[in-house]
Amino acid sequence: MIALYTLMEGIIAFFLIAGSIFALIGSLGLARMKDFYMRLHGPSKISTLGVGCVLLASIAYFSLLDSGPSLQELLITIFLFITAPVSAHLLSKSALHQKLERDPRTRGNPQELQEDDDEHTSEESPQGSSKLP
Amino acid sequence: MLDFALKVSVVLFAIAVILNLYRVAVGPSLPDRILALDTMYVNSIALIVLFGIWLGHRTYFEAALLIAMLGFVSTVAVCKYLLRGDIIE
Repeated sequence: MIALYTLMEGIIAFFLIAGSIFALIGSLGLARMKDFYMRLHGPSKISTLGVGCVLLASIAYFSLLDSGPSLQELLITIFLFITAPVSAHLLSKSALHQKLERDPRTRGNPQELQEDDDEHTSEESPQGSSKLP
Repeated sequence: MLDFALKVSVVLFAIAVILNLYRVAVGPSLPDRILALDTMYVNSIALIVLFGIWLGHRTYFEAALLIAMLGFVSTVAVCKYLLRGDIIE
């Protein structure tokens, strides 16, 4: 029984540390990257991997505390997994609508950004995403 | 071991929230600020769940669920306002 408790404690600690490291890396990407279209990449890691790991740790901890399964935290996980792509899609649509500036290293050449982009990326082919880095 | 891991993860999540706050303050455009606020509510959900683990209570789970739902609705509302100039047409 003591061995089971020690093992579960190690698993919970691993999930907590892994989730918080994912969250720190995602927020660092949000703070450090160049333009909005790059910055959109970091927070999706937080809401899937970071909070997912923390909620798994919470499920394991409360299951151990009550000596029975406690699956309430799965509600938050499922809700976040469903809503994260929707909000990211809406954010990118509003950014394209506002014609935000983009870094020349950002790949892709969407229709909405093409007319004010002609002077410095005119040598690109229309399918700019096939360009090698 | 669990106490130490809890403390370390609370500190890392606090640093993440501070980085998001920097992006809210600096962010050159409105979608940047909305994205940073969206990330901040996700981080605060994780902080509340960690607080519940710390106290050993189940009470804080409902608060985390409420923040998840209201945060998503507010993000969608502000994005819709930026896109269409109106929320409910």
